[in-house]
Amino acid sequence: MKPEQSLIFELSRPGRSAYSLPQCDVPQNESIEALIPQGLLRSEPVVLPEVSEVDVIRHYTSLSRRNFGVDNGFYPLGSCTMKYNPKINEDVARFPGLAKIHPYQPEESMQGALELMYTLQNDLAALTGMDAVSLQPAAGAHGEWTGLMMIRAYHESRGETRTKVIVPDSSHGTNPASAAAAGLDTVTIPSNDKGMVDLEALRAAVGSDTAALMLTNPSTLGLFETQIVEIAAIVHEAGGLLYYDGANSNAIMGITRPGDMGFDVVHLNLHKTMSTPHGGGGPGAGPVGVKAKLIPFLPQPTVARNEDGSFSLDFGGPQSIGRVKAYYGNFGILVRAYAYIRTYGPDGLREVSENAVLNANYMMHRLAPYFEIPYPGVCKHEFVMSGRNLKQYGVRTLDVAKRLLDFGYHPPTVYFPLTVEECMMIEPTETESKETLDGFIETMIQIVKEAQETPEIVINAPHTTEISRLDETQAARKPVLNCSCG
Amino acid sequence: MKHRYLPMTEQDRQEMMETVGIQSIDELFADIPQAVRYQGTMPMSEPLDEYALLRHMKGLADQNANFDTHASFLGAGLYDHHIPVVINHVISRSEFYTAYTPYQPEISQGELQAIFEFQSYICELTGMKVANASMYDGATAFAEAAVLAAGATKRKKLMVSRTVHPEARQVLRTSAEAWGLEVVEIDYTDGVTDLTKLGAAIDGDTAAVLVQSPNFFGAIEDLRAIEPLIHGVKGLMVVSANPIALGVLETPGRLGADIVVGDAQPLGIPASLGGPTCGFFAVAEPLMRRMPGRIVGQTVDRNGKRGFVLTLQAREQHIRREKATSNICSNQALLALCASVYLSVMGKEGMREVGELNIRKSHYASGKLAEISGAECTFSAPFFNEFVLKLPEGTSVKTVNSKLAQEGYLGGYDLGRDYPELAGHILVAVTEKRSKEEIDQFASALEGCL
Repeated sequence: MKPEQSLIFELSRPGRSAYSLPQCDVPQNESIEALIPQGLLRSEPVVLPEVSEVDVIRHYTSLSRRNFGVDNGFYPLGSCTMKYNPKINEDVARFPGLAKIHPYQPEESMQGALELMYTLQNDLAALTGMDAVSLQPAAGAHGEWTGLMMIRAYHESRGETRTKVIVPDSSHGTNPASAAAAGLDTVTIPSNDKGMVDLEALRAAVGSDTAALMLTNPSTLGLFETQIVEIAAIVHEAGGLLYYDGANSNAIMGITRPGDMGFDVVHLNLHKTMSTPHGGGGPGAGPVGVKAKLIPFLPQPTVARNEDGSFSLDFGGPQSIGRVKAYYGNFGILVRAYAYIRTYGPDGLREVSENAVLNANYMMHRLAPYFEIPYPGVCKHEFVMSGRNLKQYGVRTLDVAKRLLDFGYHPPTVYFPLTVEECMMIEPTETESKETLDGFIETMIQIVKEAQETPEIVINAPHTTEISRLDETQAARKPVLNCSCG
Repeated sequence: MKHRYLPMTEQDRQEMMETVGIQSIDELFADIPQAVRYQGTMPMSEPLDEYALLRHMKGLADQNANFDTHASFLGAGLYDHHIPVVINHVISRSEFYTAYTPYQPEISQGELQAIFEFQSYICELTGMKVANASMYDGATAFAEAAVLAAGATKRKKLMVSRTVHPEARQVLRTSAEAWGLEVVEIDYTDGVTDLTKLGAAIDGDTAAVLVQSPNFFGAIEDLRAIEPLIHGVKGLMVVSANPIALGVLETPGRLGADIVVGDAQPLGIPASLGGPTCGFFAVAEPLMRRMPGRIVGQTVDRNGKRGFVLTLQAREQHIRREKATSNICSNQALLALCASVYLSVMGKEGMREVGELNIRKSHYASGKLAEISGAECTFSAPFFNEFVLKLPEGTSVKTVNSKLAQEGYLGGYDLGRDYPELAGHILVAVTEKRSKEEIDQFASALEGCL
């Protein structure tokens, strides 16, 4: 057995160092205490590890080897769109002229950056069928919140008090959480037996207090909401607006657009649809697009093109909801998304969605004999299936997920949406080959066989990872949240 | 030509369509109503081959002045510090950057441990007990701290110093609007929060005092004096801090802060036009279960081996939905890793040394720039690496900075943008990267531009 992985603090030896700093070439006539009163200085020195550069590299390399990314293998995590992260995007985002620039340097000295943002605003507007885009939100949930704040401001500007946000029961958890953070109340409506919005429930829910309906389309069940035109009419007739959660946009690029479906506000997750890497949890970017009537409420600033062809920051008018993040957004992520769009162009992006959807349908058809598919028919970029047929062997969906680790796969999203028992949500994306899909499918079939014949292998999985299943109850009951090394 | 990111061959396509039982790809989209189908080609930028794209991106990049081409005296929340070379090597490990949130701990121990170490580093720097896995940036962390404070105290009034970063205050205003919170701005005197005015404004309805130290003007706030004012009414003290200064300055935790937030950008994160950076968020223990965002905890596996998991998730949106403490989901994990690697490289001695270099070089620069005829340092409060300089009467800062950019300098921040009373004043940042020669030449260049 390998020795336990050390914490960086445990590698510390007094007298070692890994840093190299510029010289102090200004006069040092005075002590630091003469420049900063003693009472403001640390009473005890900061306790940080003392290690050499090779220690740092070995430590983090060791950690990286205990981590699984898209470059390590198939990652069919539903609703997360774990597609390949192109390397050229990483390289260009590190160009000094894009990485080492300051948001407050003179506008004439950042024209290239502004042009990139301006073009990206327009490209995302064209892709979503919207009239204007703000690049400021830092993530999907941040985009949701920004969109809801605009919706709220829009209604208020018309002298209306509308406080209810309607979400289907299959919605992402961020939807109701974002509504709450925007000071709005959530009304959850059930889906019908086809996984679609229950129109009667929707009609009963809308009213003069409806601020918006938030919808993910295709939904988290991987289904396109076929009644979208009627839904838009119901919400609009009640005076509400439609919010598009763009988490699942990878299914529809060039095929249909939220703006054409009747949505008034949309966010995109550039870290999903536009291939920017997830970074182990972030950073992402969640640009928000709006129809014309909401433009006055966009957060500040956006990028505008001047008559002479130059670009400048537009700090908007008095109705703007204000600022939602410091500076102009996660620019480094915008650079990667821009490079991605310029790699594919509009027709290429359509092909991306077509391939993503075909991959998902292929997997669903091949797995259908082995798992319950609650919503058969065509799916979009992802599909859900239930592992409840394995419960008779004492095997749960969580066990299937853990067993997949032994075969070198990242498991699908599990136990979401909450409306499907023992749910597995599988999203292959377009960047996976048929052989990869087949390999995963064969493995799933084998796990079903194991569940029937030797369930303990599945129940006790994983067997090959560096550590086995962790005690999450202890972690929450007696929290140890830092190493208290200081 | 087959697209390089799309492995599906024509033969694959045919075989897969056969398995699915369709004749054409269009059948997969038959459920989309005709009325909302998009016809034609979207009016977007055209595709470029790899070489053309590299050239195009270089063309855009080359139009931007940057820290390699210009000596930066610009800070105002984002700084040109030296970034140790190893950081980019670590964050370029694709096991880190191409991974999702570590929801499967058995194959995510690397990221989970990295976050645990980040939390440990933030606790050590701030003097707090608990830190989370990161926030979007310093400004959103600041706003979330205000929301937490209001929730914890069940009060709605927030006292915010005008010396807090203007953009953090703007984000707070947006949030406060949503939550129905009242924001009262407290004026400053001699570059720091006016304690008399603050003391007079605080009352039993005050949820928190929110200050920044070193503040937006670079000055170090007297947290010791602020602490009794707010704790006297059982409100909370929220401090936004510059983490690179905390290698030498007393920790806000030791001075009584209940919540410490800030932006980790100075710790090895590229400025990137302001994002992505990394917000940090630390609290005193009683507030632990009210914290926004992800938290990693230590535990053991079935064999008793130490391991790490996401924990206290009952606060989060994917479990609690509308009752969550925040809607945050994606955070800034890769930039938190930058900060961790930075602190590992710098260590105990490096953090002290870089802090002292910033103090010495900025103080030298303040003396040098104050020699310019008609210019003077506006405030006398102690400062870390940034200070306010009044330029001669009638100077247009915008014009001066445009001229300086042409001479290879990024000049100081134009304070008149946010503080009408400080029109004609600049905020000058001097990090360890600036040499004496650069400072001297900048002083001459600035004088020449006036």
